[in-house]
Amino acid sequence: MALDWMAWTWQTAAFFGCIGITLVGMTVWAVVAPQAPRMGILRFETTPGDRLFVSLLGSAFIHLGWLGLIGDPLWAASIVSVVYAAAVFRWV
Amino acid sequence: MEKTFNNKAWFMVLPVVLLVAFSAVLPLMTVVNYSVQDTFGNNQFFWAGLQWFEEVLTSERLHDALIRQFIFSGVILAIQIPLGIAVSLCIPKRGVWSSFCLVLMALPLLIPWNVVGTIWQIFGRVDIGLLGATMAALGIDYNYTQNAAHAWITIVVMDVWHWTSLVALLCFAGLQSIPDAYYQAAKIDGASRWKIFRYIELPKMNRVLLIAVLLRFMDSFMIYTEPFVVTGGGPGNSTTLLSIDLVKMALGQFDLGPAAAFSIIYFLIILLLSWVFYTVMTNYGKGEGR
Repeated sequence: MALDWMAWTWQTAAFFGCIGITLVGMTVWAVVAPQAPRMGILRFETTPGDRLFVSLLGSAFIHLGWLGLIGDPLWAASIVSVVYAAAVFRWV
Repeated sequence: MEKTFNNKAWFMVLPVVLLVAFSAVLPLMTVVNYSVQDTFGNNQFFWAGLQWFEEVLTSERLHDALIRQFIFSGVILAIQIPLGIAVSLCIPKRGVWSSFCLVLMALPLLIPWNVVGTIWQIFGRVDIGLLGATMAALGIDYNYTQNAAHAWITIVVMDVWHWTSLVALLCFAGLQSIPDAYYQAAKIDGASRWKIFRYIELPKMNRVLLIAVLLRFMDSFMIYTEPFVVTGGGPGNSTTLLSIDLVKMALGQFDLGPAAAFSIIYFLIILLLSWVFYTVMTNYGKGEGR
């Protein structure tokens, strides 16, 4: 399939590829080692899927906030996002 | 713990997943593709990186539209939720008048958005509209096409007219689910009307109220047709809400890149708010008694 279909670029294809791999990985993880919902610091039950959603959504806002308030370098926002995602998976 | 479910059941939702992918996920991915590129038509795209996001995030225009949008949704909730509760308390509990009120209340909900906009656009005109002419007869210089405050009042009143019924009907459904025994117990205790409302009716309505708040917030946050038909976003940009601004950018100026970046930010805000509301709704009261 040509990359210009739907105006694809390799960057956006890689971005969605990463999200796709994460979703598939989380699904496999859930099938291999099912986890019961747990109560985190936000005082409501979350599954690993919920925590992934919160991580991805939060990461999007971290990147947008960084871009709007600070600008370059954007990779610093990615590091903050990884730390944030790790914290979400650990404590939320 | 013994496994009580079968993961193969997930294949049952595969048709829906494919349908949603075709109608929502793939178009959304296209928007992401557009947001990092520039086009001059002829299906030719040029890599722009995150330029449009930076432009949109630092744009006064987006900030102003976002502030206007939050003010609009806040005003809508502040009026429609208490008014809807008040109206629902006035609807007779049973009998012919109850049915009559319910049908009457449901009527505005059946009118399409653009028709509501057209009704109010004509209704507010000073030359041919009943509201505009009445205002002029009362000596009030009302003109929603030139005065920003009048334009705001008009679109807020229009939305209240169109959607308060929904809140009232939801609250009425909540009130109907309260058994008579609660009211009898309150009567024996000599509870005042306010205390009956505060300690019986309001707690019993909390579920439907959360649904009402969610529906009204999301709908008002994404509103487009009604204010567009009445004011077109004017006078100036005073009633240009987020979706009106987005359409102006995407279709009026054909700035696909900035409009796509704008759409993604708008989508993320709605996604975040929906998640917050959904989480609050599904977890409300679960922690009680722990």
